[in-house]
Amino acid sequence: MNVAIIKYNAGNIFSVDYALKRIGVSPIITANKELLMKADKIIFPGVGEAGTTMNYLKENKLDIFIKELKQPVLGICLGMQLMCSHSEEGDVDCLGIFDTEVKKFTPQIREDKVPHMGWNTIKNTSGPLFRGFEQEEYVYFVHSYYVPKNDFTAAETDYILTYSSALHKDNFYATQFHPEKSGNIGKRILKNFLDL
Amino acid sequence: MLAKRIIPCLDIKDGQTVKGTNFINLRQAGDPVELGKAYSEQGADELVYLDITASHEGRKTFADLVKRIAAQINIPFTVGGGINELKDVDRLLCAGADKVSINSSAIKNPSLIDDIAKHFGSQVCVVAIDARYTQAGWKCYLNGGRVKTDKYLFEWAKEVNERGAGEILFTSMNHDGVKTGYANKALAHLSEITRIPVIASGGAGKMEHFRDAFTIGKADAALAASVFHFGEIPIMELKAYLKNEGVSVRI
Repeated sequence: MNVAIIKYNAGNIFSVDYALKRIGVSPIITANKELLMKADKIIFPGVGEAGTTMNYLKENKLDIFIKELKQPVLGICLGMQLMCSHSEEGDVDCLGIFDTEVKKFTPQIREDKVPHMGWNTIKNTSGPLFRGFEQEEYVYFVHSYYVPKNDFTAAETDYILTYSSALHKDNFYATQFHPEKSGNIGKRILKNFLDL
Repeated sequence: MLAKRIIPCLDIKDGQTVKGTNFINLRQAGDPVELGKAYSEQGADELVYLDITASHEGRKTFADLVKRIAAQINIPFTVGGGINELKDVDRLLCAGADKVSINSSAIKNPSLIDDIAKHFGSQVCVVAIDARYTQAGWKCYLNGGRVKTDKYLFEWAKEVNERGAGEILFTSMNHDGVKTGYANKALAHLSEITRIPVIASGGAGKMEHFRDAFTIGKADAALAASVFHFGEIPIMELKAYLKNEGVSVRI
């Protein structure tokens, strides 16, 4: 299988590379559109800031390119947020694959620390990424912005409020958490994506 | 619900895991990658790898080991020791580490915290604080507890938070290695005066000590070394115990 990781100015794409290799898949890491087009599966990772990252994608004409991809695409963390229509982080318009906003967490009580960091559960999971999931499972999160519940919600998590920890629409899949860092549960999610 | 984290800490010297009692008398405890993998399988939530000789001998960090760890471990891990500037951080993150822990270098050059947060994000920056309770209050120490500073724990913790650190890893030197429990009062105060997660370190000997760090000490995570390395407390058993005690843990 030909899997590509979109290379852009985002941090820590190596951990996705390592995670795929542990499953036995050697991805290519590239920003080359021809190579990306040929891939069976594409992963759009991301750790960073939405505004600067969107600018980078636009300058490299990756914004329109990603939207038009036909093969399964998995956005992770910032990758998921950039697939939405607008982010409060940097007040920037994003790719608009999922017609929903990205908002900043507002702590309600003293214990609400932002970023939301650590292991939390996903519930009400649906869609192929979570095939075989029968109960709430723990996955690893690090984020300060969130996607509210919407028509494309494929998993929910409770932190400060109930929000979307995964999205799905057509060939586009996204997780707010890091499957590549989520132990054996994360591995199952990545495998489910590769099996699409 | 967000889980309280259990974090085995692996002190590394010459590529091997060691654990000191009260910061001296190092004992060998296995291969860092194999040990990390075993912990991950047993249910550890994160791992911390500290290159303990780095700041003392000025040795540069252990990027090759970090690459091997990143390739084999599927949970987040933090690395520390000998990180003095942004390019050290960059090298370790590129090798696959999720977070870096800075200690002496943050005290010597506090703006390093701001720089790491700005370049890589707060979530990457763990500030470790070694402190000892003295007649003058909690005082911070440098270089693995070898050098006393004029900084006080609580003031420094607040400053670290304001500068953009993502987490505080607090080791009580009074409690470290003696296995009589964590410094819960100081931990609870740290949680009250800061807005970032606090990791308890130093003093774990029994499963109750972990519970107390979470309930009395209000810690977000508890770190330990020797009780895990020598199999005194199996992580799975610890988590089952904590769950039974009403602590939210990942099982």
